[in-house]
Amino acid sequence: MGLEEKLPSGVVLTTVEQVIGLARKSSVWPATFGLACCAIEMMATGDPRHDFSRWGMERASGSPRQADLMIVAGRVSQKMAPVLRQIYDQMASPKWVIAMGVCASSGGMFNNYAIVQGVDHIVPVDVYLPGCPPRPEMLLDAILKLHDKIQNTKMGPHRTKEIEELERARLRQLPLLDQPQQVTS
Amino acid sequence: MSPTQQYDAYGADEATEGTVFNVGGQDWDDVVQGAQDSEDDRLVVNMGPQHPSTHGVLRLILTLDGETVDEARVGIGYLHTGIEKNMEYRTWTQGTTFCTRMDYLAPIFNETAYCLAVEKLLGISDQIPERAEVIRVLMMEVNRISSHLVAIASFGLELGATTVMLNGFLEREYALDIFEMVAGLRMNMAYIRPGGVAQDLPPGAIDKIGDFVKRERYRFGQLRKLLDANPVYLARTKNIAYLDLTACMALGVTGPVLRSTGLPWDLRKSQPYCGYETYDFEVATQDTCDVYGRYLVRMEEMDESLKIIEQCLDRLSSGSAKTGPVMIQDKKIGWPAQLALGPDGMGNSPNHIAHIMGQSMEALIHHFKLVTEGFRVPAGQVYSAVESPRGELGCHLVSDGGTRPYRAHFRDPSFTNLQAIPAASEGAMVADVIAAVASIDPVMGGVDR
Amino acid sequence: MSSQHPEQQAEQAADQLPAQREDERADQPIARRGMFGARTTGDTSGFGGLVVRQSPKVGSERPYGGPRTTGTEGEFDEVADLLEEAYPDFGDGIERVVVDRGELTFVVRREHLLAIVQVLRDDPRLRFEMCLGVSGVHFPADTGAELHATYPLLSITHNRRIRLEVTCPDADPHIPSVVSVYPTNNWHERETYDFFGLVFDGHPALTRIMMPDDWMGHPQRKDYPLGGIPVEYRGATVPPPDERRSYV
Repeated sequence: MGLEEKLPSGVVLTTVEQVIGLARKSSVWPATFGLACCAIEMMATGDPRHDFSRWGMERASGSPRQADLMIVAGRVSQKMAPVLRQIYDQMASPKWVIAMGVCASSGGMFNNYAIVQGVDHIVPVDVYLPGCPPRPEMLLDAILKLHDKIQNTKMGPHRTKEIEELERARLRQLPLLDQPQQVTS
Repeated sequence: MSPTQQYDAYGADEATEGTVFNVGGQDWDDVVQGAQDSEDDRLVVNMGPQHPSTHGVLRLILTLDGETVDEARVGIGYLHTGIEKNMEYRTWTQGTTFCTRMDYLAPIFNETAYCLAVEKLLGISDQIPERAEVIRVLMMEVNRISSHLVAIASFGLELGATTVMLNGFLEREYALDIFEMVAGLRMNMAYIRPGGVAQDLPPGAIDKIGDFVKRERYRFGQLRKLLDANPVYLARTKNIAYLDLTACMALGVTGPVLRSTGLPWDLRKSQPYCGYETYDFEVATQDTCDVYGRYLVRMEEMDESLKIIEQCLDRLSSGSAKTGPVMIQDKKIGWPAQLALGPDGMGNSPNHIAHIMGQSMEALIHHFKLVTEGFRVPAGQVYSAVESPRGELGCHLVSDGGTRPYRAHFRDPSFTNLQAIPAASEGAMVADVIAAVASIDPVMGGVDR
Repeated sequence: MSSQHPEQQAEQAADQLPAQREDERADQPIARRGMFGARTTGDTSGFGGLVVRQSPKVGSERPYGGPRTTGTEGEFDEVADLLEEAYPDFGDGIERVVVDRGELTFVVRREHLLAIVQVLRDDPRLRFEMCLGVSGVHFPADTGAELHATYPLLSITHNRRIRLEVTCPDADPHIPSVVSVYPTNNWHERETYDFFGLVFDGHPALTRIMMPDDWMGHPQRKDYPLGGIPVEYRGATVPPPDERRSYV
């Protein structure tokens, strides 16, 4: 990329990461990708009561080329899936995806021929937000968690190290199906 | 029948003429060259399915001659969810949860159309308690207001007026507060069940709805002040998207679009259901057949809805429906559980659990059978229609005598009304297509189901 | 029949005694075997030997009554009389008339559909201006008439509703299109074609409308699976809804 790739690991790189993270998270422009009921709750997140222009997000970008965040709000049908991928491809990185609602996260209540069972079949998702539809406050919580993630994105050598660590952890992870039931209180 | 039999609809080769450019990016030079090479001045533009101005995932394929639209074709199906097929694998009561997500701006209407059809099939239409009917009417009218507010708000947004959008959505939040208080959810409530409603109004609901009515009366007046005589608004909506009575009849258009042509056809008055014949309200009609007329019809309908809500509140607080059950008393059909808010959310009330576990074996059996298996509906078919904010929402249910619908088909008003887009926008400008679509107010969940 | 004597048989037939009805019913095709319980291994419910046969297709007898009245002359009789007057081929065209749950259904033979629909719309005393779409239903057990198409009609002038039902076999799934009379059915017929494979002859552009253009199969038919996937959660797998054990 740029300067941040060439800096050695250390306090300078950490500071650059924090500054870039702050800049990126402070004005995330969502791409309008409202599909179904969740789209209405997303529009309600922009209304005066749960205003997401507090975080600079009210400028929803109609053109994906200028958008940072794709909030997949609603059920993705088989016909819509290629369109979704095309919009994601048209976005310039850095880009993030929030799967809003259970239909986008996993297919939701529609376990059938017409709905893609989770948009992570098509695009990489950063935050999964359950709900049918999730309240605007829940969407704001997801956006703020995404802001945290954006703020703490590592770059350059830090990122390489992070990738190695994540991969080691993944290789050690046991499949859920064979694990004993977790006992909750 | 062989499932792979091909039907050649393009045999006449009308659809693709001339050179076709698939624009995916980085090939603008080809497109510009191609446009210069062809003698035609016409350009085919694809709007959507992802577009901030098309009311959801609607695809418009416009053939433009300069700024004038020569042909407008509508592509739908991008939100097809297979709800109707899913309903065949669930019990009759669970069907409510599915059908509510079709027209997601007017979920109560979907539920009511479905439940009225189930009740007609069961033959219990006269046994629905009065309090349940009044609550149904109340929720439907609040939903009509919230749906029209979204229609007007998105209409404003698509015309470029953000103030209208923000104010419309703010008023809608108050309506959603009422839904949350009564049904537990802001949208897609699954509140209307076959036999009645899921639970009674909580204490304080009637006062809150009364406050809502007062506030909205004042706010609708303000919205009207902003828009009714606004020269910019009038320039963009007067004489746009003209669709007269003949066109509406031919295209099967119902709802505010039909009422803007001068015909006062409203199912609540002509073929009343849920006791609508006992309420005092007018049918909003205009006769200008244009976008402005439809806007006026919607504003008037919201005022009439406020009137109906007040009458419902009178009946619920001190009138004929002051007390009473909200679910049919027939134990073999009515949903057994009384719901209450517990420490972990909404669920069966402790009283009900104590009753079925400790006091009545019969109640336990009824609860078990109704929740696991559901009630059985005698074989037959019905068609039952309600007047949703967009037009006639009909439900065609076929039963084979079992606990699941054999076939549930919904005649959604937006599906039929969208067919009128070419008639309303061919010959007009591109910007007017947006206004035409917005004035028909389609909800793609209902269109694609 | 309990008696071999033709006269007594005729008398008993007129009485429609249970024994005779039972014979009639035994000739009907089987609609369902078993009451409830798993149809795969491990059926512990009993009722596995129950056989439910399809109810015979009967028409209603006059007087038809009205939406809220039965037994006496009413609105449905009026409509049936007017249709008979306006459409002389009533006997051929209409297979039977069914009055059920306050609704009137004319089961129409597909060859006569277009003519009947024209008459219903144009005759001033019938004037059913609005057709509210086509709803397809697939009855795989109903050999010879697997695909049904129902047309709800609405008369705004006379404030009436009726329904037309047309059937056709799976081997020859063609029904004449009513778009020339009711243009509103354009998309509805496309949708019914998309979901059931019912081909409407005479439709200006019969293509898929909901599913992608290159989809194979017709999803809402009963022989098309629901298409879900098994759901895994914390060690358990739940099969999709159409593959679970059915207790009905």
